[in-house]
Amino acid sequence: MNASPAADSRLDETIRLGHGSGGRLSRELLDGLILPALGPAGPGQMDDGAIFSPPPGDLVFTTDSHVVTPLEFPGGDLGTLCVSGTVNDLAVMGARPLALSLGLILEEGLPMDTLRRILESVGRTASASGVRILCGDTKVVERGKGDGIFVNTAGIGHRIHRLEASRIRPGDAVVVSGNIGDHGFALLTQRKGFPLESPLRSDAAPLFDLIHRLCEKVPVRWMRDPTRGGVATALCELCQSQPWSVTLTENSLPLDPAVRGISEILGLDPLYSANEGKFLAVLPAASVDAALEILRSHELGGNAARIGTITEDHPGKLLVATDFGNARVMGMLASDPLPRIC
Amino acid sequence: MAQPWNEFRDPSIARSLREEIRSIELDRPATLMEVCGGQTHTIYKYRLREMLPPSVRLVSGPGCPVCVTPISYIDQAVHLAGIPDVDLFTFGDLLRVPGTHLNLEQARARGGKVHVVYSPRTALEYARSHPKSQVVFLGIGFETTIPSFALALREAIDHQVGNFSVLLSAKRVPPVLEALLAGDAPLDGFITPGHVTSILGSEVYSRLTLRYRVPMVVGGFEPVDLLVAIRDLLLLLARGESVSGNAYPRAVKPEGNPKARRLIEDIFVPRHEELRGLGTIPDAGYGLREEFTGYDAARRFPFDGLESREPRGCRCGQVLTGSIEPSGCPLFGKACTPDHPIGACMVSSEGTCNAAFLHGESP
Repeated sequence: MNASPAADSRLDETIRLGHGSGGRLSRELLDGLILPALGPAGPGQMDDGAIFSPPPGDLVFTTDSHVVTPLEFPGGDLGTLCVSGTVNDLAVMGARPLALSLGLILEEGLPMDTLRRILESVGRTASASGVRILCGDTKVVERGKGDGIFVNTAGIGHRIHRLEASRIRPGDAVVVSGNIGDHGFALLTQRKGFPLESPLRSDAAPLFDLIHRLCEKVPVRWMRDPTRGGVATALCELCQSQPWSVTLTENSLPLDPAVRGISEILGLDPLYSANEGKFLAVLPAASVDAALEILRSHELGGNAARIGTITEDHPGKLLVATDFGNARVMGMLASDPLPRIC
Repeated sequence: MAQPWNEFRDPSIARSLREEIRSIELDRPATLMEVCGGQTHTIYKYRLREMLPPSVRLVSGPGCPVCVTPISYIDQAVHLAGIPDVDLFTFGDLLRVPGTHLNLEQARARGGKVHVVYSPRTALEYARSHPKSQVVFLGIGFETTIPSFALALREAIDHQVGNFSVLLSAKRVPPVLEALLAGDAPLDGFITPGHVTSILGSEVYSRLTLRYRVPMVVGGFEPVDLLVAIRDLLLLLARGESVSGNAYPRAVKPEGNPKARRLIEDIFVPRHEELRGLGTIPDAGYGLREEFTGYDAARRFPFDGLESREPRGCRCGQVLTGSIEPSGCPLFGKACTPDHPIGACMVSSEGTCNAAFLHGESP
C-alpha cells in the first residue's frame, strides 16, 4: 500500500531469530515494518499495555488464533482472516468492535515482503471495520517450528444489540447472509496437488457494518458466524438442548456453482465447510422480507437467503428437508472432512 | 438457482419411478445389493429405502475400497511410517482407519511422515525432488482409481525413479461379486458400480449373470439414477431374465474405457487378494508384473503382519457382505462413531456404517 518493499534499508529480507529478541532488531522490525504496514489502525502508544475508556454498558471479549495454509489465497490472506474472524465474533454477539490485540508468532526465514503484505491487510481490514489494534506482541520460532506466521487476535466490543438464543421461538426464520462454504472450498482448491481448478475466492470479510444495519431495522433474535464446522455445526450447537428444532430446506441453500460441483465430485458437504464472511440469523418470519432487502442491498449480503425455519418436531435436532419430501438428521462435523477416493 | 443435476434429483421423476416400482409384480420378495459405497450414501441420504415396497430390500455391498482392505495392510502402512527415510503418501480416506494398534493419523503424530494427496502423481513428483527419501504411495482402490496408480508407475518406470514404490491393495469388482454369488448370501440382483463400470464396460458382467442366473444393472449415484436401476432390476426379475443392463448410460459404455484398461494391464496382473469379511478371493486383486516388482513397497519393506487382528466385537466383515445392517452390530453408534471409529466402515465416507450414522437416523 504505502512504501515500496525496501522502505527501511536496514531490514533483512527474511525474519531471523533476533527479530524476536526484544532488543534492537525487534525495534527495527516494529518501526521499520510492523507499524508502517498497520497504518492508521495501529497502536499510538508503545507502553506495556494500552489504556482506553469504554462506553458505559456491557463489553464483549473474545479471542481467536489463526494457523491457515497457504498464508495468501484468492479473496484474502491471513491478515484479512485474523481481523475478520475476531471482529465477526464480536459483531454476531451484537457488539461494536472497539479494540484488538495482535499476537504474532513468526517462523525464522519468513520473507519480510510476505509479512508486510499480511500486516497491510490487517491494517486495511481493521480500518474497514472501524477498529484499532491497541496492543501486540511478536515472537520468532526456529525454522521448522512454525508455519510461516501464526496469529492470535483478541477483541473487545461494546454490546449494542441483544442477541440471545433464549429469544428464539418456533416459527422463526433462519437466514444466511450469502453463499455457503466459499472459504473452505476456496482454500481446499489451493492445496498442493489438488486436482481441480476453480474461480472460488474466500469470503473473508468484516461483517459489523452489515450486521449493525440489519439489527437496527429488524428484531434479530440470534446470530452466529459459521466458521469451522460450517452452517450445520453452528446450527447443531444452537438447537442442542433446546425445546425446538431447526429444519433447513435443501434446495434453498445458496451455493456457488463451483462449490456445488466440487462438493459433488469429492463428496464433501458445503454445510460443513468454513465461512469467514457470512452469518446466520434467526428472526421472526414476518421480518424475513425486510431482512433480505437490507442484506441484498449490501455488497457483503448479495446472495442472502432464507434457508430454514425453527420447528417444533424432534426438539434438539437439525433436520434437512430434501426435494423428495423427506428429511434427514444432520449431526456436527466429526473431524476434518476427508475426500473420498473412488 | 441453477442446479446442474436437477434432472437426476427431480422429485416428480422420482415419484413416478416409485409408482412404477410399486406396480411391478414379483412372485417373491427380492433382495438387491448396491455394490458401491457412493450409491449407499445416496440411498441413505435420500432415504430411498422408504420409497420401496416392503417386498424389496436393499443391502449394501463391499464397494468401499478402504473398508474391504484388511487390517494387516493398515498395520503395514503404520510400520512404514515408522521408518525414518520413508515418506508415506495416501488418500485422505485412509488416515483414520484403525490398525491393530495405531492408525496413520496417530503414526503421523508420533513423527511419521504421512502426506495426504489427491493423486499418486504428487507422490511421484515428491520422489523426484527428494532423491534421498523413500516415497511410498498407498495404492488402495478399485478399477476406478487403479489407472491413476498405473499412470504414476509407468512414469516412475520410464524415468527410473528408484525411490518410488507403491503398497498395493488394488481390488477388482467382478471377482468380488463372483465370490458373493458363490457364497450363501441370498441376493436376487445387483446394482453394479457406475464409476468402476465406466472403465470395465457394461458387458463385463454378462458371464456372471449367465452363470449365476442373477440380473445386474449398472447404477449411477444420483437418486433418480438409482431408482431407475432398481426398477430395471425388478422388471428383469419379474420377467425371469438374468441379463445385465445399464441404467447409467451417460457415463458407462458397453466397451468401457479400453485405454484405461490397457494402462492397467501394462503394469499389473491379477492376483489372489484378501478382503475384509470375504477372505482371500482368486484374482480379486492386482499385483505388479514380474518385471516391475522393484516398485512394490511390500517387497522393498518386508512386513509379516502376524500381530494383525480385527478389533474385538467389530462386525464390518458382515456389513460388507450385506449379511447384517450397521444397526445389527453391537458397537454401531455406541462404542463406534465417526469421532471414535472402531471399524473401517465407520471411517470412510463410502462406508456403510458411516452413511447409516450420518443419514440413517429417522427424524
